[in-house]
Parts: sequence; C-alpha cells; structure tokens
Amino acid sequence: MYWLLNSSIGRKFIMSVSGIFLVLFLLFHMSMNMTLIFSSSAYDMICEFLGANWYAIVGTLILAGGVVLHIGYATWLTLQNRQARGTNSYASSSQTKTEWSAQNMYVLGVIILGGLLIHMFNFWYKMQFSELIHLEGAVTKGSELVIPLFSNPLYVLVYILWLVALWFHLTHGVWSSFQTLGWNGRTWYPRLKLISNVVATIIMIGFAIVPVFFLIKKL
Amino acid sequence: MEKIINITLKVWRQKGPKAKGYFETYQLNEISGDTSFLEMLDILNEQLIHQGKEPIVFDNDCREGICGMCSLYINGHPHGPDDLITTCQLHMRHFNDGDTITVEPWRSAAFPVVRDLMVDRKAFDKIIQAGGYISVNTGGVPDANAIPISKMDADEAMDSASCIGCGACVAACKNGSAMLFVSAKVSQLALLPQGRIEAKARAKAMIAKMDELGFGNCTNTRACELECPKGVSISNIARLNRQFLKAKFSD
Repeated sequence: MYWLLNSSIGRKFIMSVSGIFLVLFLLFHMSMNMTLIFSSSAYDMICEFLGANWYAIVGTLILAGGVVLHIGYATWLTLQNRQARGTNSYASSSQTKTEWSAQNMYVLGVIILGGLLIHMFNFWYKMQFSELIHLEGAVTKGSELVIPLFSNPLYVLVYILWLVALWFHLTHGVWSSFQTLGWNGRTWYPRLKLISNVVATIIMIGFAIVPVFFLIKKL
Repeated sequence: MEKIINITLKVWRQKGPKAKGYFETYQLNEISGDTSFLEMLDILNEQLIHQGKEPIVFDNDCREGICGMCSLYINGHPHGPDDLITTCQLHMRHFNDGDTITVEPWRSAAFPVVRDLMVDRKAFDKIIQAGGYISVNTGGVPDANAIPISKMDADEAMDSASCIGCGACVAACKNGSAMLFVSAKVSQLALLPQGRIEAKARAKAMIAKMDELGFGNCTNTRACELECPKGVSISNIARLNRQFLKAKFSD
C-alpha cells in the first residue's frame, strides 16, 4: 500500500476519501444542531450520549484522525505543488477563468481550521474533554453553552463567515473528490457540480439556521 | 478593412538555463492584424538583427497548430487570449493599437528554460517512453468493423488523441501538474481494444514517471482544460484516476 504515499493519485485518494468522510460528519453534526431549534432537552440528550462514553471517544478519535489526515496531506500536496510550479512566477498573472474556490482551497482550509479551533475551545473542551479528565465544571447540558453563545451577535457573525468559507471549500471539494476517485466524465461533471453546490448549501444553511434562530428569538 | 497596430512588447530574455532572466521592452510599429503572433516575432527578430542585437529564441515548427512546438505565455494565457488555438494560430487582430503585450516562457520546474522563450519539454517524451505506446504486434490493418467499437468510444479516443503535447496544461496549472497530458495519452489507447490489454501497466508506469519528473499533484482547478488549444477534457483525468486506482487495488 506504499502507493498511497508515493504516488500523486494515491495521495489525492487519501485527500478525497478523508474529505468525503468529513462531509458526512458535517451532515451529522448539522442534523444534531438542528434538534436544538425544536427541543433543547433532545439536544442535551444527544450531548450526553456523546459525552465521555467509550463509543463517543472512539468516534472522536476516528474523526480527529480524519481531520489530521486531510490537513496533513493537504499541506504535503501543497508544498509539493509549489515546488513543481517552480520559483519563477508569471509577470502577467494568470487570466485563466478558473473558479476562485478551486485556486484557494488551502487558504480556505486554514480559515476553516481556525474556526474549528475556536469551536473546539468553546464546546468540545468544556464538554467531552473536561468530563474525560474529570475537570470541575464540565458541561453535560450542551444547550446551556450553546444558547448564550448563539445569542451574541459578534459570535454569530464570525460563525457565519466561517460557514461561508466552508461553503466555498465544499463547492469545489465535493465534486473534486469524485473526480479524484475516477467517478466523473462528460455526463457526470455537471451533475456532480450541482450535487456539490446543493450539499455545500444544505450544510451552510443547516448550520447557520441555529444561531440565526436564537439571535432572532432574543430580539 | 485591414487593422494596423503599434504595440509594445515585454519579452522574457534569458541567456541560458542557469542565467538570470529579465524583461526587455521592444517597440513594434505598423503590424498588420493579419500577421500571426509568430510572424510578428519574426518581424521583431529581423529588426533586432538589423540593429546588431541578439534575436529572441522561441520554439516553432509547423505553424498550423498541429505539431505542438510553439508555446509562449501571452498576457496571462498559454497560447494567448484566444481559445482553442496555438500561438502560431493567434493573430495580431486580437490586440489593439497601443497595447503592451507580455510574452513569457512556460514556467514550471519540470520545464526548465533553455533560452529566452524556449523551454525544455523532454519530460513529456520521457512520460511517453514510460508506457504511452502499444507493445504487442497488432499485425496488419484489420478488416474495417471486424472489431466493433462504439461510436462514443471512438469519438472519445479521437478527442484524447488530439493532444499535441505542447505543455499548455502544465503552464496554466498553478500546481505544475501534467495530468491532462498524461490522461489524454493514456485515454487515446485505453479506450480502444488494442490499447486495453496493457491499460493497467501503462497507467501505473506513466504516473510513476510523471511523479518522478517533478510534476505537481492535480487539484482539479480545470485551468488546463480551459487553456488547452485542442479542448482536451478533464474527463480524461477522471478516467486516468479510475484506471490507476483500479490497477493499484487489483495488485
């Protein structure tokens, strides 16, 4: 299985599969968030279920593995690509009409990682992690953390900007992962582009609707 | 009515592969719109020779868009601003009076500059040598239609075979990736029965060579297909990915 490391398509295969895995996780996380609109007790039940239980820990570790693989390979591939591009840059900068998101996947990734770190500090650290290392004040009722934070307009703004970056990342990432897996062609390209946009939009709206709901409710 | 323009050219000059390059500015007057871009460079070179200066080195051969020798990164586009043509088919009527035109060589680590605007594209030949051929003897010309090939496959194979190996895909790519070239060369064979037999080994060998020569990893920006003078599609890249992954998983 060395080819996953030492061939370009092998490395991209890892990017693609880990990316699809993360998209599936986002869809799950989005569905979970949306229960908060309907019932905070249902949301708290899910939070408790995903506390310091062995299955939740295993899930978290697998997820962390996916994130590390995706970012690690992205960094590796980007460095290789910069080297392949060479040191001389064009004086007449590229006028090729490519999509902006396709050209800026790594930058978008860095923004997403930044948002992820804020998110981990605000929620995961105070919930699952604190419970795991038996820290005082570990929060098990997620809604107690989320609702005040989502009533803060500044936090909601940052959150939505983060989702916009994610949207751009996904509009390129979703179809691109199928292209890398070989599941594309003249017929499938427009279909996959559409699926990409739909998935990215569902994820963006699904996540954004929760803070917007609580912000409006507070007004 | 014939268009006559005066232009300023910013041309990349570089004495040799190791030398430091720089831009030189030239003024060129009364160029007819019917002049091809390479003819315009010929006129400039004659002017330079008359002035006792070194002419500009650039690749060219057939001058009818089929050999793949001409290159040039013109105003931010490989083969210039017009679509689906090579530099030799680009005409000066696409520029306006008083324009400044920037002319640069392909820039990619795998395509080192030989001199001025000429780059070394031997890396492409090495990829072809790694597997871009059929090594079985297929005998003489078979009877027409003895081996049925679907119209779709035949058309797709012909489209892939239209790649002239000019390197515009690598020049356009922000990653310096040669995937469009390699995928076209793999597809033109893999789509037809004679080439299918060695398809797996070919995909593996050509990708291994491509990686070894220092081309980048494709990130599906589509810059290659948008700039390809022959309109080769990235569906070829998907096919190459598919074949390579199939070959590796069946090992």
